[in-house]
Amino acid sequence: MSGRQLIDAIRHPQSLRELSLKRWDSLLRVARRANLIGRLAGGVRQAGFFDELPVQVQMHLNSAEVLTTHQRVAIEWETRHLAKAFESLDAPVVLLKGAAYACAGLVAANGRLFGDVDILVPRAELTRTEAALMLQGWASGHNDAYDERYYRQWMHEIPPMTHRGRGTVVDLHHNILPLTARSSPDAGRLLAASQPLPGSRFRVLCPADMVIHSATHLFHESELQNGLRDLFDLDALLGEFSAKSAGFWEELVARARTLGLELPLYLACRYAVALLGTEIPRPTLETLEKASGLGALSVRWLDAVYLRALMPDHPLSSDGAMALARLAVYLRGHYLRMPFALLTAHLSRKLFMRLFRNTSRAT
Amino acid sequence: MRIDADREDELSNRLRQVGELSLAELDALLDDGRFALQTGSLVSRIQASLPDVVRSIHVLYAHHPCLIDPDFADFHVQVGQPRNLRRWFRRQAEFLIDGERPFEPLPRDQAPAFLEWGLNWSIAASCHQWLTVHAASLERNGGAVILPAPPGSGKSTLCAALALRGWRLLSDELSLIDPGATRAHALARPINLKNASIDLIRDFAPDSVWGPVTYDTAKGRVTHLRPPADSVDRMQESAQPRWIVFPRYAAGAEPLLVPRGKAGTFIHFAQNSFNYSPLGRTGFETAGRLVSQCDCYDFTYSRLEDALEVFDWLADGGRVTDDDA
Repeated sequence: MSGRQLIDAIRHPQSLRELSLKRWDSLLRVARRANLIGRLAGGVRQAGFFDELPVQVQMHLNSAEVLTTHQRVAIEWETRHLAKAFESLDAPVVLLKGAAYACAGLVAANGRLFGDVDILVPRAELTRTEAALMLQGWASGHNDAYDERYYRQWMHEIPPMTHRGRGTVVDLHHNILPLTARSSPDAGRLLAASQPLPGSRFRVLCPADMVIHSATHLFHESELQNGLRDLFDLDALLGEFSAKSAGFWEELVARARTLGLELPLYLACRYAVALLGTEIPRPTLETLEKASGLGALSVRWLDAVYLRALMPDHPLSSDGAMALARLAVYLRGHYLRMPFALLTAHLSRKLFMRLFRNTSRAT
Repeated sequence: MRIDADREDELSNRLRQVGELSLAELDALLDDGRFALQTGSLVSRIQASLPDVVRSIHVLYAHHPCLIDPDFADFHVQVGQPRNLRRWFRRQAEFLIDGERPFEPLPRDQAPAFLEWGLNWSIAASCHQWLTVHAASLERNGGAVILPAPPGSGKSTLCAALALRGWRLLSDELSLIDPGATRAHALARPINLKNASIDLIRDFAPDSVWGPVTYDTAKGRVTHLRPPADSVDRMQESAQPRWIVFPRYAAGAEPLLVPRGKAGTFIHFAQNSFNYSPLGRTGFETAGRLVSQCDCYDFTYSRLEDALEVFDWLADGGRVTDDDA
């Protein structure tokens, strides 16, 4: 079972009607690892032959649907609690990623599993927002002084805040990339262009920014466990926004230029086309390619890395080259995140702590 | 060990019991990751090379059906030693499902128990076709009793005693209730016993069969009891829940069976189900139907013989109502 077969299964669920039990076994395992089993289940359900599948397969797909349905409800419920926490705050609060897709009712939310709620506020409002969350029961876990400094001084978010009753987690951001990153954009522009969510106190990024954020996030990540899932998100966002607005592609390219994020957007489009067959107009791709400033050699290197690293990291679908590609993504992600000297110090410390701390965590 | 071609042919052609395999054959199959165990309707494919894990499976699952190289398994798990730097100064065991590690490693000698806990987790985390409740369940005369209880209440001890004396074991840790017919489904997996309970049940049933004992776990001394053959043979049969009994062991206590409020029982189920919340409305309705169709009791006891008498009386149609009090 290759990652390719998982992609085909999600894009063309009709092909699964005759799939043997043995192949279902592999497909479900790889899909679960890639966090795409919900999307797979949704596709099969829509294709209309769910009840004809082997009972074991139905059981696993059904369980996946139970989880995605629950998480969808849970994330909307959680944003209601957040809205309550922010009642006395007049700062704009922007929902990002999964929470935004769910609350805005976008196609990208269908069959998706959600993690933490990510929100973006103006940096000047960070302290007041954090205080408002703390008053309603959210608190950062015990971080040591180094972790605190890592987040507060260098990152684009504060340490994750967990609700003491529900155990849910909020990631409070003031930008979409670390302050130390080479291409950290002006968060004020993102906030200024954000749009109100009807019937809610929250805002979401404008369509172009939503795509650019998702792309930027994916191509600055140092770990890609959800890489393919995120690429499917992008595919859904691009499909939905371009169908709704005729000028979407031009707007998207112009916006990436303004924010200085043409490179990640180009990579997102390049690999969405290559891996998922996403329909993107040729002129858009060409303009982005030029603007990305990538030479032929860089493109070859990035292809070698990302075409492998975006595949599900499951023993059935993975090989040595993919492991190497993941290491390259890890290093690239960190390189983009911080200047070299800072990075070396940070990674050395991580390694040291991992080896010599927590040796008796098990008991 | 290699398995020769004739034997290979014989092995791969039918469903068989684990006990029909020699220890060496089981070892070879587990080492190659070709062995799969059937518990209830679930199939778990297992890769393991550690000798104590192999022995534990051979003993505890002797009556269970197994499959060699099945086309499909619900879970693909591994128990082994992590390959990291730490192995040079602290030996550990890890549990992997599909190559992922849901828990931190445990000390090496807990590997056999780790497999049991890992399989419990796998079911609770991904089988949402049932409401999965942290409770034991057993069947007698077609009716099932569910024994929910906080740790330390003697739930597993009582479950073991009942299973060894004519009640059919459905499950020790996870009761599986299907939302459609509200029936209890069986896994017939080994019963987890701790500390003094181990000696108590050993004395109670001297010919019972046990897995390896692990010392110094988070729960103290633990081991597993092999489920009776009849419970395993009938593990595909579900049963209609008729009683919910909260056991409580109290030293020196006379047996006391007291009716228990349904509302409180419902709340307990809601809080002690692993997937009550993901199931949403289905979870609420299933727990509701389950509690309303069962007689609910609190049961205090100190002697297993007393408990057996009371449970057999229940199975024969005995009831205590509030008016009796």
